[in-house]
Amino acid sequence: MAGSTLVFAAPHRARSDGRASTLLRLLRSPSGAVGAALLAVLLAAGFGASFVTPYDPAAQNLGIPVHPPSLVPVAGGVHLLGTDQLGRDVLSRLLVGLRISLGVALAVVPLSTALGLGIGMVTGYRGGWLDVALMRLVDAQLSVPTLLLAVAVVAVLGTGLLQIIAVLVIAGWPGYARVVRAEALALREREFAAAARAVGASDARILARHVLPNVLPTVLVLGTLHLPVVIVFEAALSFLGLGIQPPTPSLGQMIGQAQDLVWQAWWMPTIPGVVITLVVLAFNLLGDRIRDVLDPRLRGLGPV
Amino acid sequence: MSEYAIRRVAFSLTAMLGVITIVFVLLHVSGDPATLLVTQDATRQDMERIRQAYGLDRPLAVQYGRFIARVARGDLGYSYRQGVPVTELIAGHIGATFELALASLAVAIVLGVAFGTVAAVRRGSSIDAAAMAVALLGTSMPSFWLGLLLIIVFGVKLGWLPVSGYGGLDHLILPAFVLGGFYAAQVSRLTRTSLLEVLAQDYIRTGRAKGLRGRVVLFKHALRNAALPILTVLGLSFGQMLGGAIVVESIFAWPGMGRLAVQAVLGRDFPVVQGAAIIGAAVFLTVNLTVDLVYGWVDPRLRGAAQGA
Repeated sequence: MAGSTLVFAAPHRARSDGRASTLLRLLRSPSGAVGAALLAVLLAAGFGASFVTPYDPAAQNLGIPVHPPSLVPVAGGVHLLGTDQLGRDVLSRLLVGLRISLGVALAVVPLSTALGLGIGMVTGYRGGWLDVALMRLVDAQLSVPTLLLAVAVVAVLGTGLLQIIAVLVIAGWPGYARVVRAEALALREREFAAAARAVGASDARILARHVLPNVLPTVLVLGTLHLPVVIVFEAALSFLGLGIQPPTPSLGQMIGQAQDLVWQAWWMPTIPGVVITLVVLAFNLLGDRIRDVLDPRLRGLGPV
Repeated sequence: MSEYAIRRVAFSLTAMLGVITIVFVLLHVSGDPATLLVTQDATRQDMERIRQAYGLDRPLAVQYGRFIARVARGDLGYSYRQGVPVTELIAGHIGATFELALASLAVAIVLGVAFGTVAAVRRGSSIDAAAMAVALLGTSMPSFWLGLLLIIVFGVKLGWLPVSGYGGLDHLILPAFVLGGFYAAQVSRLTRTSLLEVLAQDYIRTGRAKGLRGRVVLFKHALRNAALPILTVLGLSFGQMLGGAIVVESIFAWPGMGRLAVQAVLGRDFPVVQGAAIIGAAVFLTVNLTVDLVYGWVDPRLRGAAQGA
């Protein structure tokens, strides 16, 4: 397309300038702007509002179980989104659950990235038996459907917040490692790497100064595509009762616990369901746009 | 067999060996594997019996070798909850999962290709925008939430369809739409992109110029050439559906392998979890191997590409 040729032909500009224009290009498209706005609201709710919830999210009031959302005060207080089976305020739990779900994703993605990036760069650059062994491990891991692997790891590690982060990092790093390794393998042969070697640069220096900056945009794109995947996996595991354990709420767990209420109280699973869809939608909109701007070659590549 | 096929089969076998190794490591990483293999109320004697029965008192290398040999013989151990061989248990559940996956694949193909084709042909219209908005929503909706939503609408409010269990075709509809829906969304986006690329080619213009009807151009020339990337994604999706089945089967109480695995984890029945992971990987690898071999046969260009990788 004509647009992309123009971008490539653009003269090299100062670094900060380039960053500003990348950000502008992200926000210029409607999908990028909507995604960014949606995400800003959700982050504000998850990491701001969740600390000043209207009620204590754990406070039970068995006098008003499964109260529907309403503006009218019941039992001495307004429960905007109603109450759950134990009379706990759904809005308060939703905000805290949002914080937990976002927090898990924002912990898992950087950790998987760091692990996959480190392993991929070193094995791709060095080669040898370690490369062969680790890549066979990556192949094997990518041969098990991700959720099935996660379930098997949960069976060993157990459930809970830290365990779930570990499970999702274990399931997440091979996707990065495979892509980074392929790039490092190609970059090793490029002129600038050979030149750096010729003037006596150490391997560590070449990796840090020449390989890393060149794989970073790709990794950033993979990371943004990985975020919604992690959100869904955590929610799925918590939904099944294999993830975040009560009393700590998470969005998936709230849906799971409301599963049996579909006949009496359809709004109970619907409220966290809508929120989780919005979270994934925001990450998808923004992720697609970031990919198109930063690394159009990855278009069509599925999630990690 | 061609060199390509041999390489591809060898890759699958090494990956399978890797999976078995991962399962073996998982069993040992938690410390004492005997604790994973017994129920919580097991006595000291039970543990000792397990250790001896499974050779857990032998050196790790010996255990690893024996483990591989056992799995290769098709022995996946016994379920502690049900007291039957794991292979028997899985054999009783895998059929339902295949049934669900095939139905979901059909949903993904029919819905995905139809939506994507309409969107591409009417590019830029409101139909295109609507179809792509639905597709984006479809990829953003976790399956368990879509499942509950469909249960609320078609089961609770309208009362049209059964919402759980295994039975006739009516029991299959909701789970298949939930599992297939996500992939239908992906396929429709891909069909649109792929078809738009093909529709811009010279031979399409030639076809139109020589007076072929629009329908002939679309179905005979355009869709056929746009099909390859779609087939690739469908092949991969079929394998991934085994993972997705874990959630969907749990929602709809569908008696398949996914539900079996979840209940095994909740019930601390580790041999079953282990067996499900091994069989799941074997099926996934076999499906992907078949898909790749078929492509190599359909499109000879791919053989060279795979060799270079």
